[in-house]
Amino acid sequence: MSTALLADKDRIFTNIYGFQPWNIDAAMKRGDWDNTKALMDRGQDAIIEEIKASNLRGRGGAGFPTGMKWSFMPKEPKEGKPSFLLINADESEPGSCKDREIIRNDPHKLIEGALVAGYAMRARAAYIYIRGEFIREAETLFAAVAEAYAKGFLGKNACGSGYDFDVFVHRGAGAYICGEETAQIESLEGKKGQPRLKPPFPAGAGLYGCPTTVNNVESIAVAPTILRRGAVWFNSFGRDNNKGTKLFQISGHVNTPCVVEESMGVSFRELIERHAGGVRGGWDNLLAVIPGGSSVPLVPAAQIMDAPMDFDGLKALGSGLGTAAVIVMDKSTDIVRAISRLSYFYKHESCGQCTPCREGTGWMWRVMERLREGNAELSEIDMLEEVTRQVEGHTICALGDAAAWPIQGLIRHFRPEIERRINERNGGAATLAVAAE
Amino acid sequence: MPKLTVDGIEVEVPAGATVLQACEAAGKEIPRFCYHERLSIAGNCRMCLVEVKPGPPKPQASCALPAADKQEIRTDSPMVKKAREGVMEFLLINHPLDCPICDQGGECDLQDQSVAYGRGFSRYAENKRAVTDKYMGPIVKTTMTRCIQCTRCVRFADEVAGVPDIGALYRGENMQITSYLEHAVASELSGNVVDLCPVGALTSKPYAFEARPWELKKTVAIDVMDAVGTNIRLDSRGRQVLRALPRINEDVNEEWAHDKTRHNVDGLVRARLDRPFVRRGGKLVEATWAEAFEAIRAVNAGWSVAAIAGDLLDAETMYAAKALMHSMGSDLLEGRQTGLVYDATNIAAVNFNTGIAGIETADVILLVGTNVRWEAPLVNTRIRKAIKKGAKVFAIGPEVDLTYKVEWLGNDLGLLAKLPKVVKDAFASAQRPALILGGGGLGAGAQGATLALVEPLGLVRDGWNGYNVLHMAASRMAGLMLGYAQPGGLADIVAQAPKLLFLLGADEVAADRFPNSFKVFIGHHGDKGAAMADVVLPAAAYSEKPGTYVNIEGRVQRGDRAVFPPGDAREDWAILRALSEVLGHKLPFDSFDALRAAMAGEVPALGQEGLAQYEWAPPSLDASASGPCGYPIKDFYLTNAICRASPTMQRCSAELVHGQSFAEAAE
Repeated sequence: MSTALLADKDRIFTNIYGFQPWNIDAAMKRGDWDNTKALMDRGQDAIIEEIKASNLRGRGGAGFPTGMKWSFMPKEPKEGKPSFLLINADESEPGSCKDREIIRNDPHKLIEGALVAGYAMRARAAYIYIRGEFIREAETLFAAVAEAYAKGFLGKNACGSGYDFDVFVHRGAGAYICGEETAQIESLEGKKGQPRLKPPFPAGAGLYGCPTTVNNVESIAVAPTILRRGAVWFNSFGRDNNKGTKLFQISGHVNTPCVVEESMGVSFRELIERHAGGVRGGWDNLLAVIPGGSSVPLVPAAQIMDAPMDFDGLKALGSGLGTAAVIVMDKSTDIVRAISRLSYFYKHESCGQCTPCREGTGWMWRVMERLREGNAELSEIDMLEEVTRQVEGHTICALGDAAAWPIQGLIRHFRPEIERRINERNGGAATLAVAAE
Repeated sequence: MPKLTVDGIEVEVPAGATVLQACEAAGKEIPRFCYHERLSIAGNCRMCLVEVKPGPPKPQASCALPAADKQEIRTDSPMVKKAREGVMEFLLINHPLDCPICDQGGECDLQDQSVAYGRGFSRYAENKRAVTDKYMGPIVKTTMTRCIQCTRCVRFADEVAGVPDIGALYRGENMQITSYLEHAVASELSGNVVDLCPVGALTSKPYAFEARPWELKKTVAIDVMDAVGTNIRLDSRGRQVLRALPRINEDVNEEWAHDKTRHNVDGLVRARLDRPFVRRGGKLVEATWAEAFEAIRAVNAGWSVAAIAGDLLDAETMYAAKALMHSMGSDLLEGRQTGLVYDATNIAAVNFNTGIAGIETADVILLVGTNVRWEAPLVNTRIRKAIKKGAKVFAIGPEVDLTYKVEWLGNDLGLLAKLPKVVKDAFASAQRPALILGGGGLGAGAQGATLALVEPLGLVRDGWNGYNVLHMAASRMAGLMLGYAQPGGLADIVAQAPKLLFLLGADEVAADRFPNSFKVFIGHHGDKGAAMADVVLPAAAYSEKPGTYVNIEGRVQRGDRAVFPPGDAREDWAILRALSEVLGHKLPFDSFDALRAAMAGEVPALGQEGLAQYEWAPPSLDASASGPCGYPIKDFYLTNAICRASPTMQRCSAELVHGQSFAEAAE
């Protein structure tokens, strides 16, 4: 209980609950678009250096240092090969809902960030790829971009800086895989959303073969505030290598589910007690937590309770911060069914391009469904574990890993529960012969 | 030149090579399904995983990974073995166990690789996936449950054939390869996807359930459906050729063959002439060989005799006929049956001088009166490759869809004398400029006008000759080399009105041109030529005789006999040899080898396989040309007697050229 909670004055997202209007006038009163030209006048390299110094790590899940990512972009765009910034607003990870709140209530943070980040990486334009199901949010975003154009903040001579920059909003069609950066690029180009082989990485050949940086909404939206308040300020939150503030999305069996900005490294107990009204039925009723969105392994109650919520703290528990989508499950949860439902999700969202994921996700889900009812052999638990290892690390993109990890977490921590179901259904008999196929 | 080690073996590979190629250079076999040398890299089957150091601690797809200096590759580590077994297992869990009824059996990559790299047992206890079959046209039979989604067919259609008619629908385990909206794949090259498919998902429809690969006798042959000289393998059982497959020849057909090449073979057993016929009372009636020969002798033609060669002939037949004509005192030989006239005094001036592979390297190409897509589909794929490398293509003639971007200048050969500025500019800056004069242009008299462009467009320069003539008949180049060309073309022979006329498989001669000649048809199909003949002598088709063929670029190639001619039919040269004795002009060769030797004596180039060398000495001709031209091929699938007899080709024609609908409900 020792970490100091984030003070209101240190919040980046000052309208995340939508108590004020999202529009540009209200946003400017909150400090957005405040002399953006001055930020840009610092120079492109200075902006990148500031972001590097802030130790901001990408907020989309992988946690790659944002400043370093920007620095991969070419300093001198080649003739006919402009650079692009692609902002990933295809937020589809079960549990995650921060980008939606940003776009709903604070869209100008994102748009200003797009300009500043795009300018820093010498991009010609930014594309915001927004998830298809976000209909109202897309409307807000379209309107907000139009407002920024009307004020002269975007377009030719953006913010009077002498730099020409456009922002385009593109609506996806609701495929989870289009949140993968190269699949998103394919989709934006009008093709079937399937991840590309890497290398080449997008910074070398991305959208239309041009250098492209793909960033999460939150990573971009925090950039102007970091520049205004300085890297030192941002570094005053969180532990080493896990600096800054972060939007946590708390869902599941808590009394008041919410999206809240909190400093990195806040303990799980603190986060839940202060912002989510505690676990339903008290802390003794906590079963397990998925701390970073559906694709990270779950952590059982005892291990998570006082763990620091940041990249390294959760990695030490064999899980990850992911998008900081905290899914809390109390003891009423059918944990096998919960993970099986996630397996169904990954089976449903696999793009089908490469073999292990296409075939493996369906197989894993089907076995999970049987394990849920105990309709299996004990040996099939190990077989399932092995199948997840056969998928993990063998695919083009990380969806295969994401499908494998929740099951691995389940088997790691809840094997007795799975075995109990099998034994009960088999009436205590050690094994039953599987019918011939 | 990166240097790396594969399983401890040091190899050096060219820059830009992949790890997979490096492994092959080190003699290590890498299993693969989606990777194909001639298609873009998809990297989706994950079968080619290898262990790479330095790199992440997980296996990498070697097909897509660039080889780099100091890499250490392992293809024999436990990690790789496990990865291969895992991928193999995934591929097989939803693959049906229907090998005994699958046409791919025995030549299936999945079978072979599962034996080599699989675990040998299944742990999959769930139900297998079923996928509805798709309609892909008259050539490709689909059993989509067998599909492993390697997307080779999709990439072939997009990249090589140039028709984006195949694609993937849906996602995850529901992903299906399909032709959109159940349409036939509108490509002359659709049959190649059957070869590309590593499993039995796409198989040959006409060949369905015909044979197993190990029952077939394989014969090396040369295709005669067009003048490209595609290298093929004829697979036969007993007396019937069951299928034709391309052989790899990088200079000619790479490893492709068009649908006519592959599927004319069912025409080889239909409408065949299997015994001699003699016309009596206006009707062709069966006769013995002796009666037929006697009827010819009775004409007493003396020197008033001529021979017209058909499109599918081998050089030996033409040489034997030429020898017979000579001994009878005539040199009336012609191969351009439809009356085409152009100057053939210099073979190099009617040759495809860049070579088929060479046209890939051209940077500006002008097409004159040629529908390359139908006249030579495999030259068309080369032009597609040239465009991918940045070439510009202009064309004169009626607009057609050549599957790539063409700047059509108009259908007026007068444009040759006054080329638009864009064309001139493009040629002025070109390093390897090329011109292709096709059948339409030749027919409309553009030979002189195009030869006149050689100078101003700089077509001929050091190490490069960009002047190309694109012929359509397999027999054409050999015929021209043997002198089957009258200065005035067929009209010269018509003017002579020979008493005795030999139609050597000549099915395209207009029936009314020789009303008073006694016509002897020596050929294999009961088509137009036989219908107008007075005596019909049954001969051998290309699959039934060894033969020498010269393709458009002057490449001399030889094929072997796959099966024997049906019934009383005989090889053409043997018929001519026997007839010569009856006519009292006995030919001086008693065996095929003696005939070949005699032919090589007269035209040495025909005696040696490989490119024939002819000096570039274009004739000076009238350079005027004007007016529109039309393409000679009206129906790609029915260009000769064999195709016209083939049910498969008839079906292709009806469906793909004439738009009849045959869409079948999925079984």
